[in-house]
Amino acid sequence: MAKIHGHISINIENCKGCELCTNECPQESLKMSDNINKKGYHYAVLVEDNCTGCTNCAMVCPEAIITVYRQTKQKRQPVAVISNVTENLNINID
Amino acid sequence: MTQLFPEKTDDPYLYLAGDESYKCELIEEMNQVWRRPDSLIDTPMHYCPGCGHSIAHRLLMEVVEELDIVERTVGIAPVGCAVFAYNYLNVDMQEAAHGRAPAVATGIKRVLPDRILFTYQGDGDLAAIGTAETIHAVNRGEKIVIVFINNGIYGMTGGQMAPTTLAGAKTSTTIFGRDPSVHGHPLRIAEMIAPLPGAYYVTRQAVNTANHVRKTKKALLKAFQYQIDNVDGTCFVEIVSNCPSGWKMTPLESNELLEDEIFQFYKLGDLKLPGKE
Amino acid sequence: MAKKLMKGNEALAEAAIRAGVKGYFGYPITPQSELLEYLSRELPQRGGAFLQAESEVAAINMVYGAAGVGERVMTSTSSPGFSLMQEGISYIACAELPCLLVNVMRGGPGLGTIQPSQGDYFQAVKGGGHGDYKLPVLAPNSVQEMAEFVYDGFDLADKYRNPVLILSDGALGQMMEAVEFPDYDVEAHKVDHSDWATRGRRKGHDHNVITSLYIQPDKMELINQHLQEKYRLIEANEVRFESIMTEDADYLLVAFGLSSRVAHKSVEMAREKGLKAGLLRPITLFPFPSEILSQLADQVSGMLVVEMNTGQMVEDVRLAVSGKVPVQFYGRQGGMIPQPDAILHEIEKYYEEHFAAEVN
Ligand code: SF4
Ligand code: SF4
Ligand code: SF4
Repeated sequence: MAKIHGHISINIENCKGCELCTNECPQESLKMSDNINKKGYHYAVLVEDNCTGCTNCAMVCPEAIITVYRQTKQKRQPVAVISNVTENLNINID
Repeated sequence: MTQLFPEKTDDPYLYLAGDESYKCELIEEMNQVWRRPDSLIDTPMHYCPGCGHSIAHRLLMEVVEELDIVERTVGIAPVGCAVFAYNYLNVDMQEAAHGRAPAVATGIKRVLPDRILFTYQGDGDLAAIGTAETIHAVNRGEKIVIVFINNGIYGMTGGQMAPTTLAGAKTSTTIFGRDPSVHGHPLRIAEMIAPLPGAYYVTRQAVNTANHVRKTKKALLKAFQYQIDNVDGTCFVEIVSNCPSGWKMTPLESNELLEDEIFQFYKLGDLKLPGKE
Repeated sequence: MAKKLMKGNEALAEAAIRAGVKGYFGYPITPQSELLEYLSRELPQRGGAFLQAESEVAAINMVYGAAGVGERVMTSTSSPGFSLMQEGISYIACAELPCLLVNVMRGGPGLGTIQPSQGDYFQAVKGGGHGDYKLPVLAPNSVQEMAEFVYDGFDLADKYRNPVLILSDGALGQMMEAVEFPDYDVEAHKVDHSDWATRGRRKGHDHNVITSLYIQPDKMELINQHLQEKYRLIEANEVRFESIMTEDADYLLVAFGLSSRVAHKSVEMAREKGLKAGLLRPITLFPFPSEILSQLADQVSGMLVVEMNTGQMVEDVRLAVSGKVPVQFYGRQGGMIPQPDAILHEIEKYYEEHFAAEVN
């Protein structure tokens, strides 16, 4: 199965360090930072590059400060085109 | 727009996450699959960390945006922690006296029937001081959406017992735990109103996990759509929520308590669906 | 338009429809139920919403909501119900929502009686609910005025963004008199409230919010000061009263509403006996006609306040004359109406004592 690429950005200054997002991430991509933001909360950060853009973290983030991105199909470039007598087959590798 | 990474990246985690070659290709408008709804005013909310109120607010704004009713919607804020809901929800709002939100919404709906009305109420507001207003609004089948945040406690006033507090639960007015023979029994208000003919759609949801949040949003979409369709009756969406501060727990612990104990008493799911009894 | 014989409550209800009321929310209570019944019958057919609420508490909050969208809305009740509404009225006053309230007073305290009384004067003019607020209070003394004051009431409410109270009583509500409804163009009196009303967010604008909560004390103080400024403006512009035979009076009766009718009769009887009594009838109880009373205090040698309570307005009269002349009180309570003879007797007593006049 092709891996889905996702990414998130967190408005860390508004993070309240509730840890709900880190708990909800199926990929365990998120951690609480050792640093604190201006309000004094440890904030959540994306630490792994295995995010799938599933939006779980954004769903449970009470502060609504997580923006989620996911690689869209249209953006994929074919890496190879195999010619065939009946049809052309595009292969994408993610 | 949200800030991607802070200026200073002395944070080892941030450094990892901030890998330029990786982030650039995805962080683009077209790849965005979720972002803060525009109608949720861009200001930090006053709620405690991990509080379900914030999620419910956000869902409401997602729903009115998706249904394209921002300019037709009027919301009624309660008394309690959500008293300042109007500071975050960028739809026209009225602040009601404690428990009176269904009456206030009724007043508006009766003189402007094409507006979409919702009340946003906590358990003290809706199930104690405002029980009469709630029941009678539903019994009249007022064409409004009642959003009921049930966290079993008076959060704003400092964690006193609510009508919905579970038996045995310790609060600042039941320090040895709620004793039903003294303090009364926890009130399942959704079960009370579901049999009323005026109730069109009654459901109980939660916002403690991503899936529950998604389901709650679906329920809210349904409820507002019913009102747009001008169906004959009230839609009632209960959201069983947490109150980490009032329960004196971390947000994660409070969400665990919801799963372990509270959902046993307040069972999630639809209590009344249109056309079914 | 021809005159029509109507009950006071019904005349008020009819006038409300003619003044363009878009919503009525009320709860049955004697002696104002005719108002409710009339509107339940007529209003839905004539362009408004009628709703019988589950309580006065709910009714006043429905008014809060509907007033908050800038439509003409009203409620009516009688004394015990008016007490229940105080919470909502306080919120409405603070949120500055225009609406019309009607209190058809009955005897109290408690459940009291269903007969007419003026026992809610304090509650009406001094605030009534919690916090510093005032309502312009109009006190009719005839069925005709029960109708007329509805138009004034709505106009005042719209002008000042403030709830306005018509303070009537059970007798005025129930009595039948001929009434003539003035021509009133609803459209011409419409006030644009769209800059604050919560009718749905306007394109290109931020949302409108109606609230009475300002958690920072400095902000709340400003709100209080703003309200007070408004009340001073109302005091400067809206005082209404009726002077009856005051030009040459040396003794002045002061009475409002139903008791002013009786007092009027007593003054006429006194005049027949050659006693130069006069009557000042405050029509607005807030703002109170203090200035005219102060002026009259320079002219008369004494005053008699007649009320259907144990003496409430008399305090405002005393404040107004600030000790210039003695102010006496005559009242009946609990649903009893003062009799002209009894008031005349008080007048005669005064003349005997102060002028050593032989009254035959
Ligand atoms: S989008 Fe999903 S995978 Fe990515 S960080 Fe959030 S929860 Fe984890
Ligand atoms: S859920 Fe939101 S507020 Fe809570 S830690 Fe994660 S980013 Fe911060
Ligand atoms: S007190 Fe409880 S309900 Fe109120 S904001 Fe805090 S966590 Fe939420």
